[in-house]
Amino acid sequence: MTEPLVKVENLKKHFPIRGGLLGKTVGEVKAVDGVSFFINKGETLGLVGESGCGKSTTGRMLLRLLEPSDGKIYFEGKDITSLPADEMRKMRREMQMVFQDPFASLNPRHTVEKILEEPLIVHGVKNKAERKRRVKELLDVVGLSSWHAKRYPHQFSGGQRQRIGIARALAVNPKLIIADEPVSALDVSIQSQVLNLMQDLQKEYGLTYLFIAHDLGVVRHISDRVGVMYLGNIVELSASEQLYENPKHPYTQALLSAVPIPDVEHRPERIILQGDVPSPANPPKGCPFHTRCPKAMDTCAAVRPLLKEIEPGHYAACHLYE
Amino acid sequence: MSSPIIEVKGLQTSFLTEDGQIPVVNNIDFDIKPGEVLGIVGESGCGKSVTSLSIMGLIPTATGKVEGEILFKGENLANATEARMRQIRGNDIAMIFQEPMTSLNPVFTIGEQLIESLRIHRKWNKKTAMARAVEMLKLVGLPRAEELVKEYPHQLSGGMRQRVMIAMAMICEPKLLIADEPTTALDVTIQAQILELMKKLNQETDTAIMMITHDLGVVAEMCERVLVMYAGKVVEEGDVKTIFQNPKHPYTIGLIQSVPDMRTKVDRLYSIPGNVPKPGSLKLGCQFAPRCAHAMDRCISESPGLSSFDNGQQVRCWLYDDSERRKQA
Repeated sequence: MTEPLVKVENLKKHFPIRGGLLGKTVGEVKAVDGVSFFINKGETLGLVGESGCGKSTTGRMLLRLLEPSDGKIYFEGKDITSLPADEMRKMRREMQMVFQDPFASLNPRHTVEKILEEPLIVHGVKNKAERKRRVKELLDVVGLSSWHAKRYPHQFSGGQRQRIGIARALAVNPKLIIADEPVSALDVSIQSQVLNLMQDLQKEYGLTYLFIAHDLGVVRHISDRVGVMYLGNIVELSASEQLYENPKHPYTQALLSAVPIPDVEHRPERIILQGDVPSPANPPKGCPFHTRCPKAMDTCAAVRPLLKEIEPGHYAACHLYE
Repeated sequence: MSSPIIEVKGLQTSFLTEDGQIPVVNNIDFDIKPGEVLGIVGESGCGKSVTSLSIMGLIPTATGKVEGEILFKGENLANATEARMRQIRGNDIAMIFQEPMTSLNPVFTIGEQLIESLRIHRKWNKKTAMARAVEMLKLVGLPRAEELVKEYPHQLSGGMRQRVMIAMAMICEPKLLIADEPTTALDVTIQAQILELMKKLNQETDTAIMMITHDLGVVAEMCERVLVMYAGKVVEEGDVKTIFQNPKHPYTIGLIQSVPDMRTKVDRLYSIPGNVPKPGSLKLGCQFAPRCAHAMDRCISESPGLSSFDNGQQVRCWLYDDSERRKQA
């Protein structure tokens, strides 16, 4: 088997909570609490979970926009966890990000041309004519016209702006794109345009995606494999088909059953979870999900289950499968 | 059959802009019967929220203009005075908004905010009103209601805040509840809890619900009848089963197909090309024509009317023009 493009081992991010007069650390928010996964070349790994589960923090740590508290990140076999800042900047040529909010992630005072040129300048394309040519090419690739180059972000609709965000990420020919809720702010008819574009680009340029989203339908559509996160942990990870057809973890089962389905005839049995997600500053002992789990046993409150392969390629962190 | 609780006839809401008076809601008609759940779906800018604000009399009079009839128990709310609207709002018609954080006042306790409408509309004293508030919080499934009334909104999670909003809206037993994207800001597991609660309240109290949403899943789950809006117009109307199983308008068909289905995987999603037109930019013809795969010459020059079918379905599209259908039959 070939080496995965990205490999993450026991990645953690604990944010300190400061309090008191001297700003001492009084606690920690365990945003990401030990996740491990890999992404193969050319595939899409989806990360789903509800707000505060740590999926965006995980994505940011891969690019080291946030420094991990613990754990290792390997990119093409190379440990990038402790690369110095200038070398890391060079690495980011290979890994780019697309953000959720197409309104907030584009500088309103720059023209599209300037926005798309910037990564090229940063990554050392010195020839101005060459950059202009590349900008035209990028606009064409994402389905915009070259005359759009002179316009400002406010002159575009949400869907077009997200196309600009994608073009910016593509500018330096990256291998990996981390897309953090790239279609959440868009209407359904526009959402499907952008998803199709992302799939076309993947095929054409052999891109690898880490696709972070909360919409389970979107994630199934775009992902080859899917990881489900809850309170900073991956609770289940498998091929997308398997995960949706045969979810193992009680949280995944509840999550999938909670999604309202646009169909009036076939109403699946719904598992309604009680209460809210516990605070990541004070996560429950044992299994993070045991406080809301309909199948919780005594061991669940005491021992935290580890992510284990329960079927080929299907991982779950649950005591039910031990 | 019982008479409708609210009847909207020829509602037109327009706003004054640099380009003149631009209609955002353009001549729409619908009614809601007691206890019914009506869904209004459409994408951003289709006018669904403006429709609900028009009913509530919350369109700013300085720039906005509401024309047509909004008949609530025979009274036209479109002409009602502000004083009269204040009697109706929160009492006969209540509303839940999308953002439970911004729609609660952060400097008042949950209890103070809950009893406000009882104190104003029913003139109840503080003690009885507070007892009722506690009762309402229990009804919407909130634990430790007695303590909760003394707490502030920031002490509650998003799902709990939305339950408080629902309790507040339902406290005066309104005839109509307008829910504008009530679960959009919530996570799916919390959304499932809130939808379940709204269904339960609807069944127990006979309050009609006007459910405004962009999520077709929520519509299928909650509603009996659906209006599909596009660019300020109702393009299709029918009972929920018909809309999902036999949609007729090309926009409704495209919208349903655009949603990635969690249960099956397709290689490529259907997508509607282009963007929603800017309000007021298309004066003639069908608003959807520039994005429609079936557009004919007539669609660009003439605006289609509503064609009705035997099952109550109504479609605003030249493909289903009555004269055309008669020819086919």
